[in-house]
Amino acid sequence: MAKQPAAVIGIGQTHHRAKRDDVSMAGLCREAMDRALEDAGLTLDEIDAIVVGKAPDLFEGVMMPELFLAESLGAAGKPLLRVHTAGSVGGSTAIVAASLVQSGVHKKVLTVAYEKQSESNAMWALSVPVPFNMPVHAGAGGYFAPHVRSYIRRSGAPEHIGAIVAAKDRNNALKNPYAHLHNEGTTVESVMASTMLWDPIRYDETCPSSDGACALVIASEDVAASSPNPAWIHGTVMRSEATTAAERDQVNPQASRDAAAALWKQAGITNPIEEIDMAEIYVPFSWFEPMWLESLGFAAPGEGWKLTESGATALGGKLPVNCSGGVLSSNPIGASGMLRFGEAALQVRGLAGEHQVEGAKKALGHAYGGGSQFFAMWVVGSEKPQG
Amino acid sequence: MRDVAVVGFAQRQMENFDGSPTCVEMLVPLLAECYEQTGWTRRDVGFWCSGSSDYLAGRSFSFVQAVDAIGVIPPVNESHVEMDLAWAMYEAWIKIQTGEVDTALVYAFGKSSAGVLRRTLSLQLDPYTMTPLWPDTVSLAGLQARVGLDAGLWDERAMAEVVNRSLTDAEKNEYAVRRGGSSVEELLARPMYADPLRKHDCAPVTDGAAAIVLAAGDRARDVRDRPAWISGLSHHIDPMSMGTRDLTRSPSAARSAASVDLSGVEVAELHAPFSHQELVLRRELGLGDDVAINPSGGALASNPMFSAGGIRIGEAAKKIWSGDASRTLGHATSGPALQQNLLCVLDATPGTDGA
Repeated sequence: MAKQPAAVIGIGQTHHRAKRDDVSMAGLCREAMDRALEDAGLTLDEIDAIVVGKAPDLFEGVMMPELFLAESLGAAGKPLLRVHTAGSVGGSTAIVAASLVQSGVHKKVLTVAYEKQSESNAMWALSVPVPFNMPVHAGAGGYFAPHVRSYIRRSGAPEHIGAIVAAKDRNNALKNPYAHLHNEGTTVESVMASTMLWDPIRYDETCPSSDGACALVIASEDVAASSPNPAWIHGTVMRSEATTAAERDQVNPQASRDAAAALWKQAGITNPIEEIDMAEIYVPFSWFEPMWLESLGFAAPGEGWKLTESGATALGGKLPVNCSGGVLSSNPIGASGMLRFGEAALQVRGLAGEHQVEGAKKALGHAYGGGSQFFAMWVVGSEKPQG
Repeated sequence: MRDVAVVGFAQRQMENFDGSPTCVEMLVPLLAECYEQTGWTRRDVGFWCSGSSDYLAGRSFSFVQAVDAIGVIPPVNESHVEMDLAWAMYEAWIKIQTGEVDTALVYAFGKSSAGVLRRTLSLQLDPYTMTPLWPDTVSLAGLQARVGLDAGLWDERAMAEVVNRSLTDAEKNEYAVRRGGSSVEELLARPMYADPLRKHDCAPVTDGAAAIVLAAGDRARDVRDRPAWISGLSHHIDPMSMGTRDLTRSPSAARSAASVDLSGVEVAELHAPFSHQELVLRRELGLGDDVAINPSGGALASNPMFSAGGIRIGEAAKKIWSGDASRTLGHATSGPALQQNLLCVLDATPGTDGA
C-alpha cells in the first residue's frame, strides 16, 4: 500500500532569541503557528489535529506542557499528540504529523515544535544525578568533542574546516531575519581566534541556547491543490540505535547511514549530490557538517571536509547547506529539527527570501539527537512525487 | 484503512519495583513475552514506539535507556511519545496505515513510587497560575467528585459500588496491586482520605510497564486464530482549565465515542483512576448496563503511570483472543480530571467499522 501524497503548505517560525521575555510558552508557539496558518491560508478551526514536539520537559520545568497548552494551541476538541525523541524531535514531530495525512486519517494537520530554554536551565535539566548511571558532566560539547577529534584523525582534515562551516553559517544567518545570532563580520580567522571550549570545538563553532518555535501545516493532496506552492513530501525516515555499545561507530553511526539509504530509496534518489539542490542539516557543532555530509552519502567517507573546503556547501555552491544559518545560528532545541525540515520546504517553495537557493527543486531536512543515535530526515520537492 | 489487529500483550504491575529507578529493566522480560506470543524476533518488528515521562523518571531523556533495553543494533525504525502507551499505540497504528510497515511493537514504563506521585503530577498543571498553588491529583479529583455529588449526578454509594466490583474482579488479576471486595456498606464505613474520596476511590500508586504488538492483515492472522482487530481508534483533548470546564463531563471522551461505533460492545476496560470517573465515562460513552466494565479490576486495582491506559487495550484484546467476547473497548485517559481520552474498539472480525 502506498502512502497518500502530503505536502507542506504553511511554514511559520518565531524570531529566535536567548530570552523571549515578551511571550509565554503559548505565545511563543502561537507566533509560529499563526504565521504557518496565514501562509497556508487556513484558520485554526479548519485544522483536524495538532502534533506538538519538544525536547525534555525539564527544559521548561513543566511536565507534559501540551496539556496546559492544549486550549491555547487550538487543540481543544481535537486529537493532540506529543512527540519527544531527543534532539531529533523537531524532525520526528514533522514526520508524525505527515504520517497523519499520509495514512489518510486526516487532511489538515498543524504541527508545532518549541523550546523556551529561558524558562528553566538546560544545564540543570541535563545534569540531574541519576542513580546507577555514570554522570557525563560535560555538556553536549564535551560529549561530542571526542567524536570530532576522531573524525579529524580518520579523515586527515585540516583544523580550520570547522571554522569554515561556522563562518559560512553565521554569515548565512545575516540573510535570515528570524535567526538568533546576527554576528556581523564573522570570518574563518575570527572563529579560529575564539576561545577553545572543548578541543577542537571553539566558542564560535557552537550553537546558541535559544527560545523559539516552528510550525508547519501539512495537507493532503486535495487540500494542497489550492496552494500556489506546496512542498511535496518525497520521503521520511526515522532510525534509532543504542547509546552505548563497543561496536558503535559514533562518528558515522549505522542508524544515520541506514536512514539515509532508506530515505534516498523512498525519494527515488540514486545520486544525492547531483539530485538534491540544498540541505538543511542538523549541525550544532561546526564539524558535524563534513561528518554528516559523508554519512548522508553526499561525499565518500573521509571526503566530506573537501566539499566544505571547496565552498560547495556555501550559498551558490553545488550543495548549499544551512542557508538559514542552521543550528549554529538558532537553537531552540525542540524546534531545531523542525526548523531544518521547514527551511528545506521553504526553499523548494521559493519562499526563503534572501537566503533562497536559486531554482531549488529538491531539498533535504535532517535532524539528529541523543548521543548521535536518533535520526529523522525528509526530502521535499516542488513537484509531486511520481507514482 | 488497513485491517490492523492487537496480536500481543504483556504487562507487569506492582506496588514497588525495586529493580531500578525507572522500570526500564522490566522491558526485557516483557519483550521476550511478546516474541513468545508472536513467534517473532525483533527483526520482525517494523516500527517501535514508546511512552514514558521524564518527570516521573526524575531525569531528562528517560526513554533513551529504554531504547538500549530493546537492543537496537542494528538500528530500528523508532519513535517516542511523552504520553501513555495507548497513544504510542496510536502512532504505531498510523504508521501501519501509511503502508510503511506491517508490524509494530509499542511499550511504556514508569516508576510512580520513586517520588510522591500526586505531587509530581502537580507539575502537569498551568505553570503560571496553578502549579504555584500545588493542587495535587487526588485533591483535584476530589473537587471533581464533589461537583458531581452536589449536582446529584452520582452518590457515594454509586462510587462504592464501582470500587466493590473492581476490587472483587481484581482477585482474579495476578497483577492487581489492590484487590479484595467486601461490601458497599463496609466500604462506606471506611474513613475519608480526601473528602469525598476514600482511599479505595483512588487508584493505588503503581510501578509497571507493558507492551502491545500490532500487525496488519495476514501478519495478524499468522500470529493468532482470533486477532483483536482495531475497528475504531479515536482520541481528543479538552482544555485543562478547571475553572472553565464542567468537571462532571468529559467532552473529549464523548467526541471520541461519536467517531467510533460502540454498539454491541460487550466488555469495556475504562481507564478511570478515581471511582467517580468511571461514572463520568459510562455516561459520556453511553454504555448500557449490559456492558461488563473492567473485568480486570481496572485502574482502581493497579494504575502504572504511562502504561495503565494501554493495559486497558491489552485487557480488552485478551477478551477477543479468548473468544469470551466479539467486540470490546479499551479506553485511556491522561491529564487532570479526564482531560484527554482515547478509545480503541476491538472486534473478532475485521473491517466492520473502517476505523
